[in-house]
Amino acid sequence: MSDIASRLDAPARIQVSKTYKLYVGGKFPRSESGRVYEVTDSKGQWLANAPLGTRKDARDAVVAARAAVKGWSGTTAYNRGQVLYRVAEMLQGRREQFAAEVATAEGISGKKAAALVDAAIDRWVWYAGWTDKVAQIAGGANPVAGPYFNLSTPEPSGVVGVVAPQSGYGFSFLGLVSAIAPVIATGNTVVVAAAADAPLPALSLGEVLATSDLPGGVVNVISGRTADIAPTLASHQDVNGLDLSGAIAAEGPGSATELEAAAADTLKRVIRPALDQAALDWTNAPGTERLLSFLETKTVWHPMGI
Amino acid sequence: MSTVAANALGAAGGGLQDVAASEASLRRFLHGLPGVDAVGLEARAASLGTRSIKTTAKAYAIDLAISMIDLTTLEGADTVGKVRALCTKARNPDPSDPGAPRVAAICVYPDMVATAKAALEGTDIQVASVATAFPAGRAALPVKLADTADAVAAGADEIDMVIDRGAFLSGRYLDVFNEIVAVKEACKRPDGTAAHLKVIFETGELQTYDNVRRASWLAMLAGADFIKTSTGKVAVNATPPVTLLMLEAVRDFKAQTGIQVGVKPAGGIKTTKDAMKYLVMVNETLGDDWLTPHWFRFGASSLLNDLLMQRQKLTTGRYSGPDYVTVD
Amino acid sequence: MAKNNKKAEETVTPKGRLFEYAPAPESPAAAGDIATSYGHFIGGEFVDSSGSEALKTVNPATEQVLAEFAQGTDEDVDRAVAAARKAFTDWSALPGSERAKYLFRIARIIQERSRELAVLESIDNGKPIRETRDVDLPLVAAHFFYYAGWADKLDYAGYGANPKPLGVAGQVIPWNFPLLMLAWKIAPALATGNTVVLKPAETTPLTALRFAEICRQAGLPKGVVNIVTGDGRTGAALTAHPDVNKVAFTGSTPVGRAIAKQIAGTRKKLSLELGGKAANIVFDDAPIDQAVEGIVNGIFFNQGHVCCAGSRLLVQESIQDELLDALKRRMATLRVGDPLDKNTDIGAINSAAQLARITELSLAGEAEGAERWSPACELPSAGYWFRPTLFTGVSQAHRIAREEIFGPVLSVLTFRTPTEAVEKANNTPFGLSAGIWTEKGSRILWMANQLKAGVVWANTFNKFDPTSPFGGYKESGYGREGGRHGLEAYLDV
Repeated sequence: MSDIASRLDAPARIQVSKTYKLYVGGKFPRSESGRVYEVTDSKGQWLANAPLGTRKDARDAVVAARAAVKGWSGTTAYNRGQVLYRVAEMLQGRREQFAAEVATAEGISGKKAAALVDAAIDRWVWYAGWTDKVAQIAGGANPVAGPYFNLSTPEPSGVVGVVAPQSGYGFSFLGLVSAIAPVIATGNTVVVAAAADAPLPALSLGEVLATSDLPGGVVNVISGRTADIAPTLASHQDVNGLDLSGAIAAEGPGSATELEAAAADTLKRVIRPALDQAALDWTNAPGTERLLSFLETKTVWHPMGI
Repeated sequence: MSTVAANALGAAGGGLQDVAASEASLRRFLHGLPGVDAVGLEARAASLGTRSIKTTAKAYAIDLAISMIDLTTLEGADTVGKVRALCTKARNPDPSDPGAPRVAAICVYPDMVATAKAALEGTDIQVASVATAFPAGRAALPVKLADTADAVAAGADEIDMVIDRGAFLSGRYLDVFNEIVAVKEACKRPDGTAAHLKVIFETGELQTYDNVRRASWLAMLAGADFIKTSTGKVAVNATPPVTLLMLEAVRDFKAQTGIQVGVKPAGGIKTTKDAMKYLVMVNETLGDDWLTPHWFRFGASSLLNDLLMQRQKLTTGRYSGPDYVTVD
Repeated sequence: MAKNNKKAEETVTPKGRLFEYAPAPESPAAAGDIATSYGHFIGGEFVDSSGSEALKTVNPATEQVLAEFAQGTDEDVDRAVAAARKAFTDWSALPGSERAKYLFRIARIIQERSRELAVLESIDNGKPIRETRDVDLPLVAAHFFYYAGWADKLDYAGYGANPKPLGVAGQVIPWNFPLLMLAWKIAPALATGNTVVLKPAETTPLTALRFAEICRQAGLPKGVVNIVTGDGRTGAALTAHPDVNKVAFTGSTPVGRAIAKQIAGTRKKLSLELGGKAANIVFDDAPIDQAVEGIVNGIFFNQGHVCCAGSRLLVQESIQDELLDALKRRMATLRVGDPLDKNTDIGAINSAAQLARITELSLAGEAEGAERWSPACELPSAGYWFRPTLFTGVSQAHRIAREEIFGPVLSVLTFRTPTEAVEKANNTPFGLSAGIWTEKGSRILWMANQLKAGVVWANTFNKFDPTSPFGGYKESGYGREGGRHGLEAYLDV
């Protein structure tokens, strides 16, 4: 594998390299295309081959994500919180591996990369605590002028496509986590189009999620060309929301504008990319925007009488 | 008004003959009736209350309402003189207009029945008597039956009985049922005819609309000719939603059994505007079949004068005043 | 009536012949003076259009032309947006407590002039006066009153300290509740410090123009509210305008979709209230008389011109016959006719085009094999009318079960179990509203949880309140109007 990984091993031994795979429906398939693409570090040195996910892989992932909605949104908020916290626990144990992947992906020092991984772990913990509180900040009783009980509660939108961040400080893992965790915290399921040039932390995250009590299908990770995968998610009729954080802002095929326009066909809820993605710093406090973006407010009325 | 089916459910029972076979079956039936959503019922009644009744419709409705009044005096202080005066008013409600319709009945305590009967001699105005230890109904059954028989013997055409609310609220539906059946029996006259039986629920004490629907069906099953909201002696008497609910009950009972039952809201209906709202409810819930004094009555006293004043306004084009209707 | 017991006979005469209500017409003069032609309201002044094209608004109950009004041009829209932009600086800087007072004033003036506005709305829209009087106008005033109170409390609304307005809001509203939709759009926009350019629907511009007068009476600073009239071309110019920061639209899903496409790639914030095909689900333990009222209110309120109308009746098979008998009996008492008659329940269809659409879909329902029923009722000779209509034997595949008819046409489907009811109810790209009728509390909450709809009415239907968020799931749009939630659409959060 990479030179960082090899430092950890005894020099005399040939290390066992990892085959990176997609994460779909709780399983680790290869791309249906049977193809891979080279992932390099910031200096252009080969790191690994990543599966070249296709439109069909994205479609399969949507099917898996849809199948998982009922169970995941139906579980208790307390339970979802524990699962998210379990993700943080699992990540803690693999901190060094992720630090190594982040360092090569973003071309930063091992120390900075480790700090970003720590921040990502802390972010999982932060969102783990939100699962059973969001309904209380986003919902509530409405004092209607009549004899009715009237309550608004937030519910998950359903399946959300996430075009993972592709730039900004900490994008490859902290940014990824900052996009995924708030969406699933509220009971949505996601299909992630991993950062095309830096997919390894995302693919490795799949391995962590698979061992974190997270039901299969809640998070699905597809690596490959954003221009293949993102439009599939944007136009898919069974996708309810679209996070375009990592979409290129410019006009043209695969651009945020085009993806947003495709999403309009089924009136998906959309998070637009930042105007200047490169200037983003994913270590900034996230606030509640992402947590609240893929929620539907349901208001229930009932008469009060004897 | 004086012919009564021996047993309300007779042949055309609509499959309900066995409902009162036991306490359990009666309870099962009454609790199996559709529930009533209070807010929805009240909203519907309020909505019907916004109908705008003008000109010819108003003239029709005023005369109809007058003809449906059970002109009532039920006071401890009632005297022969008071009852006679009321009967005079019943015969000739508006001295300035002989064309004004007569009321349907005079409603008095049993000891005033003979007086009223004599005073109404030669008219078709009915004499209704409350009975069964009105208004509380808290007496032994033989006393209630004697009370009833006494009123019938004195010439009452109609008996307004009260149900045993205590028994009803404690779930002893069969006791209430049997009591109604017994009173109905006591309404019979030696000649084979019988006084018409109105069954008063005192809906203000039953509290819930579900109870009102159950009481309505219980009374109809037991043979009531009329179902009546209230005695006029408690804080909450007839209201539009309670009456609407009872109208729905008689509608459904007729649809299921073929037997038509009348409805009488009583107490608290004081103005023409109130009366219009009730008639609109009858019109839009039951239609023509009930738009007659045979099947709908108002238990009221002060209502009559307000109707007469409104009637004078329609006739003369001027607003009337209380000095132009008689106080009896 | 006891369950499962077929009625012995149908002897009840539903509709009285003895007691016929005499006409009780509201005076058309109460609507105030209607000018022969109208321009726009821009920068606090009534101004002429830069173009010469004029549209006509007709009284749908008589087909008589009420007034001409301007077809807003790109230049008109540009002027209005510029006026709103100019006003934004001062308006957004005004202390919330002062903005509040303007909104409170507007609420009060609406209450003062509610009879006038109700009559004008009935004349221009065709909806019965009892609805404009008892539903629309009270809700309009309440909406302004509610959001007035938010203007100086935004720090506490849960959107962070000192949340900022977006700027100029371009708002396009439909014809079914002209003044109420205006209130839903303008009240929260102004409370949060935005200025607005609003385009009323081309068949119902009159109350919006009358509202402009109210803004003047309230002393609202010039340019804070601008009204530009016209058809879809004017609306498209407004939503496309580069200096608009916020787009709010209520109307059909196809148009909402087009707007979402149009603003893709911009930084405009968008909220959409679109179509619906709500299921109104009646279980065998429902409070039956109130359920019938709820069904009637759900589909015949406002001639069925309601996005959240309960247009699909899902009835449990075990009470289908009983419920449909009761429903037909009740439908026979509906009074169709002159919208200004205080006893009219169902008024005129808003336009010839809408009547044609309702007619077309109803014919499709028949052609696809559903059974059509309407009570006998006479319709006026002039104007646009459609009898309250019921289709039985409808299946999920029928067009009348899937497409929004937006008229007094109810499609009846059946179900056997709660799970089947949920599946059928959710089997639509829409998700605006739903109704549940059952006396069992735990079933209500389970159903409410399962239904993909933004508003769930349990044992009631078509209830609205300014404090209560309204808006859809899926292709019924996004964003909420009403309540604290309604602020979010107009804040930079």
